[in-house]
Amino acid sequence: MNILEISNLHVAVMDKPILRGLELELKPGEVHAIMGPNGSGKSTLANLLAGREECQVTAGSVFYQGENLLVMAPEERAGKGLFLGFQNPVELPGISNVRLLKEAFNARQRHRGLPAMDALAFRDHLDQRSKRLGLSGEWLLRPVNVGFSGGEKKRNELLQMMVLEPRLAILDEIDSGLDIDALALVAEGINAMRDAQRSMLLITHYPRLLDLVHPDHVHVLMEGRIILSGGMALAQDLEKQGYGWLEEVAT
Amino acid sequence: MNDTPAVASAMARSYKYGFVTPIESDTIPQGLDEEVIRLISFKKQEPEFMLEWRLAAYRLWLEMTEPNWSSVRYPPIDYQGISYYSAPVGNPGTVALEDVDPALLATYEKLGIPLDERLTLAGVAVDAVFDSVSVATTHQKKLAEMGILFCSMSEALQKHGALVHRYLGSVVPPEDNFFAALNAAVFSDGTFCYIPPGVRCPMELSTYFRINAARTGQFERTLIIADEYSQVGYLEGCSAPQRDRNQLHAAVVELIAMEGAEIAYSTVQNWYPGDAEGRGGIYNFVTKRGECRGDHSRISWTQVETGSAITWKYPSVILRGAGSSGRFHSVALTNHHQQADTGTKMIHIGPNTSSTILSKGISAGHGHNAYRGLVKVLPGASGARNHSQCDSLLLGEHCSAHTHPYLEVKNHSARVEHEATTSRISEDQLFYCRQRGLSNEEAVSLIVNGFCQEVLRELPMEFSVEARKLLAVSLEGSVG
Repeated sequence: MNILEISNLHVAVMDKPILRGLELELKPGEVHAIMGPNGSGKSTLANLLAGREECQVTAGSVFYQGENLLVMAPEERAGKGLFLGFQNPVELPGISNVRLLKEAFNARQRHRGLPAMDALAFRDHLDQRSKRLGLSGEWLLRPVNVGFSGGEKKRNELLQMMVLEPRLAILDEIDSGLDIDALALVAEGINAMRDAQRSMLLITHYPRLLDLVHPDHVHVLMEGRIILSGGMALAQDLEKQGYGWLEEVAT
Repeated sequence: MNDTPAVASAMARSYKYGFVTPIESDTIPQGLDEEVIRLISFKKQEPEFMLEWRLAAYRLWLEMTEPNWSSVRYPPIDYQGISYYSAPVGNPGTVALEDVDPALLATYEKLGIPLDERLTLAGVAVDAVFDSVSVATTHQKKLAEMGILFCSMSEALQKHGALVHRYLGSVVPPEDNFFAALNAAVFSDGTFCYIPPGVRCPMELSTYFRINAARTGQFERTLIIADEYSQVGYLEGCSAPQRDRNQLHAAVVELIAMEGAEIAYSTVQNWYPGDAEGRGGIYNFVTKRGECRGDHSRISWTQVETGSAITWKYPSVILRGAGSSGRFHSVALTNHHQQADTGTKMIHIGPNTSSTILSKGISAGHGHNAYRGLVKVLPGASGARNHSQCDSLLLGEHCSAHTHPYLEVKNHSARVEHEATTSRISEDQLFYCRQRGLSNEEAVSLIVNGFCQEVLRELPMEFSVEARKLLAVSLEGSVG
């Protein structure tokens, strides 16, 4: 069964059509990259999949592991293993990273009918993963995203993904604002999470991340549709030539 | 955020302390006159000076008018329609724990306050006030060994009359305000603490107030004296049955800190707030004031106010001693039709006195929340400092928040700072939490907790956990 199956999807935001007939299929274990110029609808796709209310579906369907995703509340989607790494993660003053992670982890446990993990075991689970991203214990006690640099915010998103171990991870520009070292760490984290069951959708402007992750498929999103699909070679072409040459294909 | 009426009503607030204890009570008839005051004083076998004090307060009260300067609104209170004394039969005053009616012990057990000393929270001594009287006080013996007096006000009047006489009304005199005068006339019990010089109280002292009987008012008085270089932490909790009629709770709390002494007073207020339509609930009209009488003494008020139909209180500090300091940390949450007008007064009299005010107001539903605070620096308070921070958080479209800071500075060397913010929980914050698997309610509760974090961490550990849960429960039905 496909992890994700999007057919003829039309989505409007504040009555403005953004996605116009998008088609996409993700199989278990596959990593897909979606590239495209600004305003092509990449983030709208990510937000729609996560259940953001402003994204109104005007036509088409989205099935997630065989179920109609569009009728599920955001937390239900999360409970079923859908994770969104936000492009601009919001600040949560007064709430420590560790507290949010614990609440989120236990919400997932609850959704799976499992008991909450005890504090010590959770601490272990968390420490292993935060170390891999070079995040200190003190950092875990800081309030979520408050005063974080762009790179710290992105690493925080990745840490949440590693802690929650989703079935489908959608990472919206996880590579933006990262220096070379941080990018390598993030790519390492992503690669470590790849397995035969987990699928990923990477949304990015730049092929830099893709050079380190090697996605199975690369798609170009323009004018609200996927106009071209291919492998790593396509990403490399885009780096050399930009998006201009594709405008004809799009229209 | 939308507060869909259908969802809000489906999630009617669950007030888990709304039960009534079926117990026989000695309740005097409704109404107030000098005879009633004589009767209360007689029932409590008080020393003569108390009766005189009460009657003088009553005569003052008759001349006073109910204040109307606050932002809270309520129909006129019929002071003749209240019973001013109600005590469970067989508990005329404080008796040995073994002799307390099992129904009362069970009530406190159900409220999470076991009175059996073996079961109590480690490090907390409790005075349990049920309607008009104290029914039990724990750990008295252990405290007495250190010279600490911790007992009901009734017992204090019998055994330590001179101490009570010296300090009662010295911070909040009966003429202070309408409700203070009423309280002085009719107060029936409360808690008395005295910490001798140099003693650091080894456990948190606490009072748990329970209103049980219908159509009664609760008027208690708490008096805490921390003698030179002593230290004490005190906590009060409260709850009441769920009833359609409003009930009046008009308490007075007086704190006195002598030289070098420190008092930390915490309140977790969970009186019945009324139902989702605003029927019933407690009117919590309370006068709380501490005096830093000695040099370098410290008083802090920490309050988490989630209950009551109306909360109207300004725990204050008179900073008389040189170098003394006062702190006020407050979380006030109003949901449905609750109203709160709360804040503090910091009166700087001595030199180099300092005060800190941190107020967090949360309004949801049709809640109305006002911070009202006065910082007054008198001419003698050279080098006085104050910092005030008042933050308001709004949930939904029908609630309101107001901030009324008053500053009166009469000394040029004083430094006074005030900051205020008003914000809403953003859709982005909610969506972020929900994407991580939290329900809408859990997300709101988490964000509100974060907003209050700086205040909650001032509470002793166990109570901070309790306060977090209370905030979550109090927010039920506030989001669609």
